[in-house]
Amino acid sequence: MRTENRTEVIVVGGGPAGIACAVTIARAGREVILIERGSFSGSKNVFGGAIYAKPTREIFPDFEKTAPLERKNVIHKYALLGDEDATEISYRNNEDDNDAVSYSVFRSKFDRWMADEAEKEGVILITETVVEDLILDDGRVVGVKTELEEYYANIVVLADGVNSLLAKKVGLRNNISPYDVAISVKEVIKLDKDKINDRFHLRDDEGCVYQLFGGSMLGMLGLGFIYTNKDSVSIGLGVTLNELVENKIKPYELLDKLKQHPSIAPLIKDGELLEYSAHLIPEGGYKCMPDLFADGVMIAGDAAMMVNNMHWEGTNLAMMSGKFAGETALHALLEKDYTAETLSHYQERLEQSFVLKDLKTYKDLMDVMHSRSASFLGYFPQKINEFFKMFTTVDSIPKKEKYRGFIKSIFNDRNPLELFKDGGNLFKLLWGILK
Amino acid sequence: MSIDEKLFTVKSVPDKVSHLKPEAGLCCICDSKACTYVCPANVYEWDKENEKLIVNYENCLECGACRIACERQSLGWEYPKGTKGVKFKLG
Repeated sequence: MRTENRTEVIVVGGGPAGIACAVTIARAGREVILIERGSFSGSKNVFGGAIYAKPTREIFPDFEKTAPLERKNVIHKYALLGDEDATEISYRNNEDDNDAVSYSVFRSKFDRWMADEAEKEGVILITETVVEDLILDDGRVVGVKTELEEYYANIVVLADGVNSLLAKKVGLRNNISPYDVAISVKEVIKLDKDKINDRFHLRDDEGCVYQLFGGSMLGMLGLGFIYTNKDSVSIGLGVTLNELVENKIKPYELLDKLKQHPSIAPLIKDGELLEYSAHLIPEGGYKCMPDLFADGVMIAGDAAMMVNNMHWEGTNLAMMSGKFAGETALHALLEKDYTAETLSHYQERLEQSFVLKDLKTYKDLMDVMHSRSASFLGYFPQKINEFFKMFTTVDSIPKKEKYRGFIKSIFNDRNPLELFKDGGNLFKLLWGILK
Repeated sequence: MSIDEKLFTVKSVPDKVSHLKPEAGLCCICDSKACTYVCPANVYEWDKENEKLIVNYENCLECGACRIACERQSLGWEYPKGTKGVKFKLG
C-alpha cells in the first residue's frame, strides 16, 4: 500500500457539500483533505441566493455570529408577470422565528468563510487544484489524480458540483440532458441601503426574496428571482437548457428583458452593475440522480442532482448530504470497510431524511412542467393578469356580463382537450406530492 | 448594456490555451450550433466565411451549458487549470 500522499478521506470540491462532509470527518479526529479547484472556496460558485439557517446551524452551530451574511429574509414575494402587467402575492413573517430564517449571502464570501472554519477544525484544504481523474484499483476508487500529483485515500467523496465530470468518468452517472439542467444568469446591482429598504418595504437588515414567473420567460420553463443584499440586489433567472436550444434565445437577453418589465424596472432603477455571473442548476430531480455510492466513493450535493426546484433549495441539501456522507465515511473508517455495502448507509441516511423524501415528493414535477410549461408558465399567468385587469376595470359594463365573458374566453382560447390535460397534470402533480 | 460590458465586471485569469475544444469537423455539420446562443458569456461565434467555430474561451464562466447543449456531445470541455479561469468576487 502506498504511504506517500495518503490520507483517510479525500473530498473533491470545496462548496457546501464538500465542506460539510470534510468538517464532519475532521471533527471526529480523522484525516481529511478537501480539494478545491478555485483559488478559494466560493470563487467558482454562484447561486440566487439565500442560505437556510436551520440546516446551516447543523454544520456550523454559531454561524450567525461571524459568517458574512447580507440580509435576513422576512418577505417572500411571488409575481406572475404578464407582458406588461403583473399580479403579486407577498408574505411577511413578523415573528422572531429563528428556525424559519434564511439569509442572503454571496458565495465567494460565505463559502470562503465556511472553508476557513473547516480549516480551523482540522480540514486540510488544498486550493487551485483540479482533480482530473479518479484512481481505480480493481474497480474500487482508491484516490485522485490532480494536475501535479496523485493522492490516495480509503474513501473519496465527490462534491464537485453540477458538472461532476468525475461521477461520469467513474460510471456513476450518464450524460446530463439539456432537459435536466437550467442555465442561470445573474446580475448583482449596487443600490443604496435606503433605496432597497424603501423599494422592497424592508427595515434595517431585513431582506426580501422575490420569485418571478412569466415575463420574459413567459411560456418557457424558467423562473426569475430577486434577492436583496446589504447594498445591492441580485436579479437573475434560470431557464432549462432545452428551452434555450429550442427557442434559440440567449440567456442574458432574457434577463435584459426581465429587467425592463414595468413591475421590475423601478426596483433596480439607477443601480450600477457590480458583477455578472452564470451557473448551471441541476433541475432534473430524483429521476436524474446518479448512483450515490460505489466501492470507495460517495457523491453529494449538486453533483448528485440534489436540488429541490419547487422550493429553491440546494445549499441545504448539499450541506446535509455532505454531512451524511461524512458520517458514513466515519462509520466505514471504524469498520475499516470501504466497500459499496458499507457506504450504502449513506443512501439509507438520505432516504430517512428530508433530502430524498422531498426529492421523491417532487419526482414528477419536471416531467409535468416540461410537458405543460406553455400553459402553466405561459397561458395561466397571463390569464390571471387578465382576470385582475377585468376585475379592476370600471367601465359601466354589468359585472355578470364581464364574468361570463371571462369564463367564455378561457374556452375560446384553449381547446377543451388542452384544458383537460392541464387539469389532469395538475392533479397528477398534487397527487404525487400529497399521497 | 452589452454582454461585453457585462463581462468586464467579471474577474478572470485566462490561460494561454483554451480549455474548450470543439471538434472542428463535427461543428461544420452541426445543425443547431446551440453553443452560439446558450452560452451566457457569448464565448462561441460561428465564422460563416471560414466555416469555423470561434471560441473566445477567455470569457468563459465555466458553467458547462455548452457541453450539455452540444448536439453531438462532441465538445471537449474541461475545467481551466487550478490557477486560471473565472474568479467571482461576489457569486
